[in-house]
Amino acid sequence: MAAKTVLNYLPRKSVVHALTGTTKLAFFLLFTFAGMLTYDTRVLLGLLVVSLLAFRVSRIKVSEVRFMLVFMLIFLLLNNFFVFVFNPNQGTEIYGTRHVLLPLPGRFAVTAEELFYLFNITLKYFVALPVAMLFISATDPSEFAASLNSIGVSYRVGYSVAIALRYIPDIQRDYHNISQAQQARGVELGRKEPLMKRLRNAVNILLPLILSSLARIDVISNAMELRGFGKKKKRTWYTKKPFGRNDYLALLLGVLLLAASIAITFADGNRFYNPFM
Amino acid sequence: MKKNNSIKTVVAVGIGAALFFVLGRFVQIPSGVPNTNITTQYAILGMLATMYGPVAGALIGFIGHTLIDLSWGGAPWWSWVIASTVVGAVVGFMGKKLPIHEGVFGKKEIVTFAIINVIANAAAWLVVAPVLDIAIYAEPAAKVFAQGAMAAFVNSVTAVVIGALLCIAYSKTIAGKGSLDAE
Repeated sequence: MAAKTVLNYLPRKSVVHALTGTTKLAFFLLFTFAGMLTYDTRVLLGLLVVSLLAFRVSRIKVSEVRFMLVFMLIFLLLNNFFVFVFNPNQGTEIYGTRHVLLPLPGRFAVTAEELFYLFNITLKYFVALPVAMLFISATDPSEFAASLNSIGVSYRVGYSVAIALRYIPDIQRDYHNISQAQQARGVELGRKEPLMKRLRNAVNILLPLILSSLARIDVISNAMELRGFGKKKKRTWYTKKPFGRNDYLALLLGVLLLAASIAITFADGNRFYNPFM
Repeated sequence: MKKNNSIKTVVAVGIGAALFFVLGRFVQIPSGVPNTNITTQYAILGMLATMYGPVAGALIGFIGHTLIDLSWGGAPWWSWVIASTVVGAVVGFMGKKLPIHEGVFGKKEIVTFAIINVIANAAAWLVVAPVLDIAIYAEPAAKVFAQGAMAAFVNSVTAVVIGALLCIAYSKTIAGKGSLDAE
């Protein structure tokens, strides 16, 4: 059920899918950092174009990721709303001018600067969205540990991530079973119970889950020890793919985007692009 | 023995991150305030960090939170991911002396556990998350500190109440040293 909506890999024959997991991870990180550092509207728009093109060539359909898209849009709208309510003059503070568009009472006058600032926040988050979705839906989870290891993360940490991905569905199923069993015995987490009772009931559900998870930790670590895990400093990966021409091109593109983003953004000594001056 | 511990840490991080993910993503308790739910993952994070130490705690927070953000379909909101990492690291660092593994979790330990969790959550949500939000996303200070205060409060309460109850219940399942009586 719900497990399907989580990190769902959509296998496909496309240029993006054919890249190694390492490339995808490295590109994803380079790209998100480029988007995170800058607040320059021109850079953000440029990154958005790259991001959308990458999504296009991956042959993943918008309808397949609609759930994520809708969720993100609602989140962004709410976030913008709160940013505005808490400080409607943040835009003016950043850009240094004030053009009132809609004179609402008190400090809530809508200014062009504030709207432009909100547009930039949205853009900043939106830029990373297609690349993030691609990263999730075009990377084979079993390749993920190998990719982490090959960008320099310790293989033990890579293994932890692999274990997490592997056991999320199991733990979800455990949780579901335990909570149904407890509900059958009258343990309720809903609004019918007072808050403290709800928290105590949560413990009644969580405790069996924790105990079974701790038992799982023992079983898995014993199995790994029997197979000699952690004996050597390095290890090889069954799922690791060799680098191809496209991998080098994608990495080069990632590095260039980051460099360009930094260069353009900080050329005038200010993170923001200011159309008002 | 040392070796086995390091393997155990690797596995505990993996399973811990999976637990953190499942609880943070799917398990929500209505708080009474409309549209605000209590999530329980910081209780588990506090407990596992106490049991497996600061490195495990930090990694559980980091991996678990990153996976939650990715599963919602966006790029991870790094400032809050790092805040979760800080919670795990601080609780693990300050709580590693608590003898849960020996089946001891009495009044003194409960108080220590509560204080540690409040400090960790306050540091993460009142300092780390808002400061990074301002640095990375240039959001208004008033907004990020209000959000941070809310998160610090809710997460401290769940970590202390649920986390302590879990630790007590768990410690009772372990036969402590000298628990046999001569007749």
